[in-house]
Amino acid sequence: MNRFAELLDRLAFEPSRNGKLRLMTDYFSRRGDPERGMALAALTGSLVFAHAKPGLIRALIEERVDPALFRLSYDYVGDLSETVALLWPRAAQAPAEAGEQGFAPTLAEIVERLSRAGKRDLPGLLAGWLDALDETGRWALLKLITGSLRVGVSARLAKTAAAALGAREPDEIEEVWHGLSPPYPDLFAWLEGRGPRPQTQDPAPFRAPMLAHPVEAGDLDGLSPADFSAEWKWDGIRVQAIRAEQGGRAIARLYSRAGEDISAGFPDLVASLLSMSGARFALDGELLVVRAGAVQSFGALQQRLNRKSVSARLIAEHPAHVRAYDLLAEDEADLRERPFCERRARLEALIARLDAPALDLSPAIAFAGWDDIARLRLEPDHARDAAAIEGVMLKRLDSPYVPGRPKGLWWKWKRDPHVVDAVLMYAQRGHGKRSSYYSDFTFGVWRDGAAGAELTPVGKAYFGFTDAELRALDRYVRDNTVERFGPVRVVGAGAGRGLVLEIAFEGLNRSTRHKSGVAMRFPRIARIRWDKPASEADRLATLEAMLPQV
Amino acid sequence: MRAEDLLIPAAEGLYCPPGDFFIDPLRPAARAVVTHGHSDHARAGHGAVLATRPTLDIMAIRYGAGFAGATQAAAPGAVTRIGEVEVSLHPAGHVRGSAQVLMQWRGFRAVVSGDYKRAADPTCAPFEPLRCDLFVSEATFGLPVFRHPPALREVEKLVASAALFAERAHLVGAYPLGKAQRVMALLREAGWDRPIYLHGAMERLTEYYRADGVELGDVRKATGADRAALAGAIVICPPSAMQEAWARRFPDPVACFASGWMRVRARARQRGVELPLVISDHADWDELCATIVETGCSQLWITHGEEDALAHWATTRGLAARPLRLVGYGEEDAGDGAAQESAA
Ligand SMILES: [Zn+2]
Ligand SMILES: [Zn+2]
Repeated sequence: MNRFAELLDRLAFEPSRNGKLRLMTDYFSRRGDPERGMALAALTGSLVFAHAKPGLIRALIEERVDPALFRLSYDYVGDLSETVALLWPRAAQAPAEAGEQGFAPTLAEIVERLSRAGKRDLPGLLAGWLDALDETGRWALLKLITGSLRVGVSARLAKTAAAALGAREPDEIEEVWHGLSPPYPDLFAWLEGRGPRPQTQDPAPFRAPMLAHPVEAGDLDGLSPADFSAEWKWDGIRVQAIRAEQGGRAIARLYSRAGEDISAGFPDLVASLLSMSGARFALDGELLVVRAGAVQSFGALQQRLNRKSVSARLIAEHPAHVRAYDLLAEDEADLRERPFCERRARLEALIARLDAPALDLSPAIAFAGWDDIARLRLEPDHARDAAAIEGVMLKRLDSPYVPGRPKGLWWKWKRDPHVVDAVLMYAQRGHGKRSSYYSDFTFGVWRDGAAGAELTPVGKAYFGFTDAELRALDRYVRDNTVERFGPVRVVGAGAGRGLVLEIAFEGLNRSTRHKSGVAMRFPRIARIRWDKPASEADRLATLEAMLPQV
Repeated sequence: MRAEDLLIPAAEGLYCPPGDFFIDPLRPAARAVVTHGHSDHARAGHGAVLATRPTLDIMAIRYGAGFAGATQAAAPGAVTRIGEVEVSLHPAGHVRGSAQVLMQWRGFRAVVSGDYKRAADPTCAPFEPLRCDLFVSEATFGLPVFRHPPALREVEKLVASAALFAERAHLVGAYPLGKAQRVMALLREAGWDRPIYLHGAMERLTEYYRADGVELGDVRKATGADRAALAGAIVICPPSAMQEAWARRFPDPVACFASGWMRVRARARQRGVELPLVISDHADWDELCATIVETGCSQLWITHGEEDALAHWATTRGLAARPLRLVGYGEEDAGDGAAQESAA
């Protein structure tokens, strides 16, 4: 475990993609089976054991540390695993009593014990390991055991590092991946040239998605509109919906853009796919919540995300829907080499044939030139779902489906954000990279109150600033705190003092949850206006004028 | 008698009415007692300053000879009477010349710690525990997550990395007063006998340490050094210089940062640090608690840092604890341009 912990620690501090790849490939080449296979499984999120709940870890630490001190520490560090790793008291007994072989446990040993352990064994097991490991080991173990191993490495990157053992492409691993299980001895044997390519048994495999480039100034000059097809860019999440059959049995699967199998969270879609008797396909589309034919806000979709199980009520209130825009395979045929226009024609025919309520086609946009696209991007003429449109997608009619982000084939052109000047009102410490700094900011705009102009909060932002600006904001909050409510600091703001933040956001909705009556979508700090007096920040009326007309 | 009769937390810093002086005032004051030379504690423009000889020297280096109307150097432990109060300065172990302020008045003893640490430091005198009724403690690392590992072990990590990446320069961000010289002295202790390269902003203070008797070995200017010589070299610079154009002269530099904050991953990542070195000139949690107990104080005031946790801990020990919430301390020589802008 200590070697794996060292790897994770170095990965967490290594900024460059190449550096991370070097570290992982080096680890895979130095460590033997099954340790490296377990590491690959951990890095790709493929380990299956009952994760320890944060509550269990809290209970363990609160038996050992004053709960109030734990709470203050957690608020500061912003990460449960790291807080506990740092706070864990030095073991009174010799570490030899803890590990099975009399020293710090190996990763494979931990995974193996966890897979056998019952719920009631977990606290004792975990406490013993925490006593035996050093601070980095404790941190890595807690990250692993809570299922929150975030060291800036995607499953894709870990597979790329493994592929480099045998000078292979990550897509080659991707194609066989779903038939494999940890600790992947066959995979490593193949990569090191000691064994055959593992056979994929999966009839419904994930296919690495094709991504678009953002349109920057001048990108479209010299491109002919006639070579492109346009469609709306939907504000949902990218999914692959697959229906396959094997041995007379139907299989339906939904994958996220990163290849994660998210079928379990969408039984309504899975049931719909399963009912399409005889059809076999893999399509690419947007996962949305559609109620009475209208696409709901991203907030509604969020209710459905990251759930292992869903209630009938949640399904009824937030019905999931796939809006398809590409067809990757149909029956026996892999269509990815075919041009987009051909795939699109087959997709249209398939959707029409299936005629399923939870599946429809992302419509093509008619346009004559780039000016039309520029206008539609800002004012979609798709009236019913305009609020769910983020911009437009442009796809070359002759483009094959190439995994990754190939140059010049697909483009995305987003709507430009709106901007207002608001005043910083409250701050809280953040999490992750921003933890221990005051970095979650609530901001407000002016409105008429009983005693003259007053600030009313209109949103929260926690990104958009540079690291140096974050330190400056943290300092500003600490120097200008006028009151504290638990972890929340009230920052001095009024006519004579206060910090103006230029806030950019994607859209505005009416909201009964907010006192101001408006809710921003994706607000972020575009600029810090150290120079601007708070009294010159915007008024609520400015925001109200931006609301969509009902 | 109340502690508040002797000491009052004011916006300018701690004020002592029976002596009519401030301790580490943030704004120009008629009479000031200064604990140590960090820029958040030692400011220019006071009428009269009482401090240790090294602290006065350091202030003169930073602000010029006329930094105060009058100065008086206090020898360690020597009593000076200011108004009705007997004042003496005692080593705090933080940086060279750093002192605690002991005030005795009508049988009441109050100690203002300034910044302090208990870990060994070859560049300054060790902290001297003092008995008192009121202890005013710093709390920069006043959370139990802060447990500084032995500083020598951290420097050994740096030496090992410099051996492993022999083609890369190791840029070590360190505060120019105290931390920089301590890292250099620790490098010598760890057996690093090659030249240590130095950013220009640290030359004068380092020269002062050497002239004052601190052995640092072969220290050279980084500016103008041969690029080939800098491969595998260790270079000490202010933290802010690591992001500046200055850093680009070095071959494929490894960003290191020597600070107690490096104990928290997010702090290291946030600064783009690749090799965090947990080396602090402030007491860690265990040292803070042990020191408070050792003073035998019945009242504890807490200033700059994580005041709430230490106040909670002290209350559970039956001490009367009060967070002072003084604003303006705690960014010692960070040299952080953005932070200074916002504070202005
Ligand atoms: Zn200091
Ligand atoms: Zn200080």
